Amino acid sequence: MKFLFYFLVFPGFLFSSFSGLLSSWIDRKITARLQYRVGPRWYQNFIDIAKLIYKEVIIPENANSSFIIMPFLGLISSILVATILGVGILGYSFVGDVIVILYLLLLISVSYIFGAVASSNPIASLGASREMKLVLSYELPFIISLITIIIKTRSLQLADILKFQNYFKSNIFSFSGFFAFLVGFICIHAKLGLVPFDVSEAEQEIMGGILIEHSGFLLAINKLIKSILFYSLNLFLIVLFLGKDLSFIFLLFKYLIILVLFILVKNANPRLRIDQIIKFFWGPIFILAILSLLLTLFGY
Amino acid sequence: MNLKLLTKSIWVFHAACSPCNNCDIEILDLLTPRHDVERFGIVLVGSVRHADALLVTGVPNYKTKDRILQLYKQASQPCLVIAVGSCACGRIMFRESYNSPCDLDKIIPVDIYVPGCPPKPEAMIAGIVKLIKKVNENRK
Repeated sequence: MKFLFYFLVFPGFLFSSFSGLLSSWIDRKITARLQYRVGPRWYQNFIDIAKLIYKEVIIPENANSSFIIMPFLGLISSILVATILGVGILGYSFVGDVIVILYLLLLISVSYIFGAVASSNPIASLGASREMKLVLSYELPFIISLITIIIKTRSLQLADILKFQNYFKSNIFSFSGFFAFLVGFICIHAKLGLVPFDVSEAEQEIMGGILIEHSGFLLAINKLIKSILFYSLNLFLIVLFLGKDLSFIFLLFKYLIILVLFILVKNANPRLRIDQIIKFFWGPIFILAILSLLLTLFGY
Repeated sequence: MNLKLLTKSIWVFHAACSPCNNCDIEILDLLTPRHDVERFGIVLVGSVRHADALLVTGVPNYKTKDRILQLYKQASQPCLVIAVGSCACGRIMFRESYNSPCDLDKIIPVDIYVPGCPPKPEAMIAGIVKLIKKVNENRK
């Protein structure tokens, strides 16, 4: 019963989708203000989702069943990520939940890829192949930056990572932690599919890419996954790197800072090609990740 | 179907039906800082499957006639159709032309007409306001 409450209401589904949609609104609003526009009202994203749920769902003729199943798989795993993170901040955690989160995050990308391929649309499969290459490029540096934190705090548990940072200082305020933060920030930027890395659903060239055939509530679920991820990955960065004092005011403050950083990077950059992305992640970012790992091993 | 929600977040698909591109430039003007229509939740989307409204510009000819019908069938219902520009409204000087078979509203049902060559962005916003009023009245 308690777990169901965690999953469905407080750190889970309702809370994370609410704060995720609100964060997406902050994203749209700041983007609009940066372009000297006014921007949408604060409940715009909620209306969008509600409207999409009421619309007709079109299932392509050659699509198979995973076209419908995969968005739900992605939704469940994104809610699980939000739940595990929220419960970890509240103090309940189990050994290895960092690895479970890593696995669930990968599962979301897999659900995107399979959902797109199942729609039997050539442009969607183009988007899926781009998403696959994106996953291959960012996953290795992301794992290395996580390993840096794990070695630094000597634990695989979110609660212990937070306890370590409370006892000493936030991970970001050391050399290795700072480099790991840079790597993690950029990898999560790519995981969210924000602008320099949004090749998989580039609207101007491949018309929505992986989402091209989704309509009605399937599209609503995909938008919801994006929003929940936007919220929970921000929280993940805070837990890993800025976990010194997580009282409500400080948590909100840190959350907003990370959010605005994401939005500014998103607005300042043009879209990269997929080969440029792979070179970027396997070159400079990988070297930075290895550097942070070595610095941790020498104790900096 | 809850059309009231639809009028508060209209996602627009830009269906260019052999236009001369003047209307398209004016449509893009709607998204720029001066007439920012994202205030009302209006966004351009890339795929017809996501669209709530088709924004049709230009005169339908023998080639685009079938394609615009196909696009309308691909969109998830309810889908509104907005005819932008005098060409899409009534073919003006191309009415007797050898390559224009029929008006746009003979092919797909058009909900609102925005005349002008090209119509000003203000005219388009006025058209959208009329469309929203019309939808809300039909609902009652």
